[in-house]
Amino acid sequence: MTTLLPRAGARPPGRGPRTAARRRERLTALGMVSPAVLLLLVFFVIPVVLAFALAFTSARLISPTPAHFVGLRNFTLLFQDPVFFRSLLNTAVFAAVVVPVQAGLALALALLVNTKVGGTNFFRTVYFVPVVTSMVVISIVWMFLYQKTGLVNHLIDTFSLGHLHGPDWLNDPSTALPAIIFMSVWQGVGFHMVIWLSGLQTIPADLHEAAAIDGADRWARFRHVTWPGLRATRTFVLITITIDALRLFTQVNVMTQGGPLDSTTTVVYQAVHTGYDQQQTAYASAISLVFFVLVLAVSLVQRFLTREKD
Amino acid sequence: MATTPTPAPGPRRRTLRRIPGHLLRSALALLFVFPVVFMLISSFKPDQQIFADLGSIKAFLPVGQLSLDNYTAVFDRVPAGRFLLNSIVISAVTVVLGIVVNSLAAFALSRMRWPGRRLLLVLIIATLIVPFETFALPLVWWVNKLPWLELNGFHLALTEGWLDTYRVQILPFVANAFSVFLFHQYFQSIPKELDEAARMDGASWFGIYRRIVMPLSGPAVATVAILTFLPMWNSYLWPLMVVQDENLRPVMVGIQYFFQLNVSWGQIMAYSTMITVPVLALFLAFQRSFINSIASSGVKG
Amino acid sequence: MRSKAKRLAATSVAIVTAATVLAGCSGSSGSGSGADGDTLTLWTHNAGNAAEYKVVQQIVDDFNASQGKYKVRIQAFPQGSYNDAVVAAASARKLPCILDADGPNVPNWAWGGYLAPLDMSGSETAVADQLPSTVGTYDDKLYAFGHYDVALTMFARKSVLQAHGIRIPTIDRPWTADEFTSALAALKASGTFEHPLEMGTGGSGEWWPYAYSPQLQSFGGDLVDRSDYKSAKGALDGPEAVAWATWFRSLVTDGYMAQKGGSSPNDDFLNGKSAIEWDGSWDAAKNAEKLGDDLAILPPVDFGQGPKIGGASWQWGMSATCGNKAGAQEYLKFSRKTQYFVDFAKATGTIPATAAASAQIPGYQPGGPYEVFTQEARKFAVVRPVTPAYPYVSSVFEKTAKDILAGADPKKALSQAADQIDANLKSNNYYAG
Repeated sequence: MTTLLPRAGARPPGRGPRTAARRRERLTALGMVSPAVLLLLVFFVIPVVLAFALAFTSARLISPTPAHFVGLRNFTLLFQDPVFFRSLLNTAVFAAVVVPVQAGLALALALLVNTKVGGTNFFRTVYFVPVVTSMVVISIVWMFLYQKTGLVNHLIDTFSLGHLHGPDWLNDPSTALPAIIFMSVWQGVGFHMVIWLSGLQTIPADLHEAAAIDGADRWARFRHVTWPGLRATRTFVLITITIDALRLFTQVNVMTQGGPLDSTTTVVYQAVHTGYDQQQTAYASAISLVFFVLVLAVSLVQRFLTREKD
Repeated sequence: MATTPTPAPGPRRRTLRRIPGHLLRSALALLFVFPVVFMLISSFKPDQQIFADLGSIKAFLPVGQLSLDNYTAVFDRVPAGRFLLNSIVISAVTVVLGIVVNSLAAFALSRMRWPGRRLLLVLIIATLIVPFETFALPLVWWVNKLPWLELNGFHLALTEGWLDTYRVQILPFVANAFSVFLFHQYFQSIPKELDEAARMDGASWFGIYRRIVMPLSGPAVATVAILTFLPMWNSYLWPLMVVQDENLRPVMVGIQYFFQLNVSWGQIMAYSTMITVPVLALFLAFQRSFINSIASSGVKG
Repeated sequence: MRSKAKRLAATSVAIVTAATVLAGCSGSSGSGSGADGDTLTLWTHNAGNAAEYKVVQQIVDDFNASQGKYKVRIQAFPQGSYNDAVVAAASARKLPCILDADGPNVPNWAWGGYLAPLDMSGSETAVADQLPSTVGTYDDKLYAFGHYDVALTMFARKSVLQAHGIRIPTIDRPWTADEFTSALAALKASGTFEHPLEMGTGGSGEWWPYAYSPQLQSFGGDLVDRSDYKSAKGALDGPEAVAWATWFRSLVTDGYMAQKGGSSPNDDFLNGKSAIEWDGSWDAAKNAEKLGDDLAILPPVDFGQGPKIGGASWQWGMSATCGNKAGAQEYLKFSRKTQYFVDFAKATGTIPATAAASAQIPGYQPGGPYEVFTQEARKFAVVRPVTPAYPYVSSVFEKTAKDILAGADPKKALSQAADQIDANLKSNNYYAG
């Protein structure tokens, strides 16, 4: 966010026209953000405030009695709930693995297909195929592949010449989450490859040429030209993957329903499961609220730390 | 086409050096398509055979009794044409509105000076943290209270409740923090000197947005288009909650039609193939402008 | 230029204000829903299930043609998300007049004020003539009725059982627990089957309590204590329940059953991957078609307290907010013709809810190959606990049973489940009115 840097260029002297221009700028800006802000207000802020308010009540999905205020009861219960802490842990592990791995692999893929060699368009499209396939469908297909006698294990068996036998991926508490992680990266990496690609395109080609003339090798060119040139893209990729990772739900809902033995339960899964399947609306709202505050706190701390370094 | 391809030494060494790269690219291509190939192949097989083939390489080969039975059954079970049409309308309108609304906001946030803009950007990004599922129910209750102006014959009439409409599937998803953020990041890479120059020439802010910044932002527009399109195409929880009329349902709701006491997996694969192909075609059409358009856009500073 | 900016800002402000004011103004809209005068809306879970949908449509068409006053309009939803759609509609006060509900949810929906009590006197079929499991009551009032039920059963190939020297059980002499175990051991020892038993453990949701709580009941346990529905202690975590859980887990550790079954258990059975399949009567026709005389339809195992199966399938009711209750009742009464009981059962391969209907359906007539299902439904069916807490109980049971199969300590897992259910009951004031 470098917008606050003082602008270069002269301004017409004199107070009057200048303040008028500033006022105009402000009004126009307000007009430009207002459609988005208004829509977010109506379709996000209001319902979210309603949802969070429910966390302090006895609201149920189905109930003959109106909800009443119960103070912090739901939060007290929440902090004694081992499944909630397991969900937090799983979500954190998922994000901690997926964010660097997916971002890194996506960048590697982008560099790999960012050439003028024939067929690049073909490869870009192929890598993008999982992205355009619905996550529900993907999860169903991978459930087949991950079965004990399914194709993944068949391949492992073949390639290891019968020495290795894959586990029952989704039914083993130690492999279920890794299996979901692998599939999620596989599904999402194509999308971020494309984002990286569009970032790579913004780097002027003459910079590369100049560096090549200076005798910089590939790694040096990557470090000193490409990487700095991807600054804005980097932030975007990291934030989008992080948010997506923290919202992990569909895969779990389709493939494991949080099991086996809570090894794949996540915060959003738990919120939806308790809110809809178990009809405990207020409790689910408490989960969402606590999660919101946690993520907000983490990201604020992160912002604060990175700002200090700048 | 003065893009980034790495300049390499001699033509011969270059060809040699490209072989491992090509092998790698092809191997990866296999990794990325094999589940989708499985989906496609299975869509032509009867259920009993899908499961008989599951543990072997046959699952990927068009062998056994192949037929279009699953596809004909899909049309018997789901009004697939209608659902596809609905999804196209809903997704397309959301994409267009989303591009306008979010880029306008991002323009004001990234290129204009006014108090509170940094805070607003943080607040907008913070909205990403709350997953939709957690406030879907309050939203249902709320949209059912929203008013709408309707042209009733020759006079406007005020109606209440948005259930059972296209707009209830569109408007809540127009303003999108991801899109604002992406435009914001992209706009920042466009030199501000362009604005200054245009201001000196007497251009309005809106004129700068429309004539300078947006034309330079092809890739951002394409990215936002895809970013908005995919979740809209895939949404199913929300349409189920707010649309009772079958004629207004989108494609992903159709997947649920196949989960009966006996799940017809072959039909699910056929239906999935049918709803995936249009998206893939769209990406193919988009990707040229998506990835290559910047080269000519002159964002070199 | 300046005026343009101002106009933009002013318009935006005007829109915000207008929207807020209008939103504030719009109060509640009348009391009834689901009916527009004498046009009533009907919801069914049958989107994508053409066979059953056609019967619903037939009844509606017949009803609309039979009189001039009311008109019923169908809206169909896919089964997997039907409950979400109903809950969303209820929260928006947009429930239809007539709707179907999965049997075990009826008490919850009645208690929650979704459903209104019914008076079906004077219809062609008396409620008392129905299979008890097809009648949805709560607080001694009738809230819903079904046209059919389904029965859990085991499928096997006669040839396979005979080749392994296994006795084919009958309704009067079902397998005992020991017999069942030695049958599985024999099948496993043959080496033909990696997992001789398929119980559908690859499924999820309501299938779990529906399919496995009857076995728990046959062991002598239950989901909750049904004497007053105020606790699960003793029923769900007593020694009988622990014995059930230990047995359930042993099926996996002994290699008789996969911890998670296939995605299409019935296809696996037909492909010969499993020898015995714990399944529902709805697959009987398909199996008979593929296997012919070799198909053996077996009654459930008696684990001590007699064989048990789950009862109650989809049932019809009327919403409490219905704006035209007279019309809704009129329709529901009309739907209770024997003909429709027959049509439903025929179309869906399910057990007709009345004897009069059974007599008209090939296979379900006395002596027919499927009569066994009717007998099972009469003799062995246990409805799931009739309490508004059921959706919670069901969800806890599903998770606990899955954990047990995955290796959780049976005693600990069950006692934790009982504690959770008790806490839920207590915090909801035992679901009193």
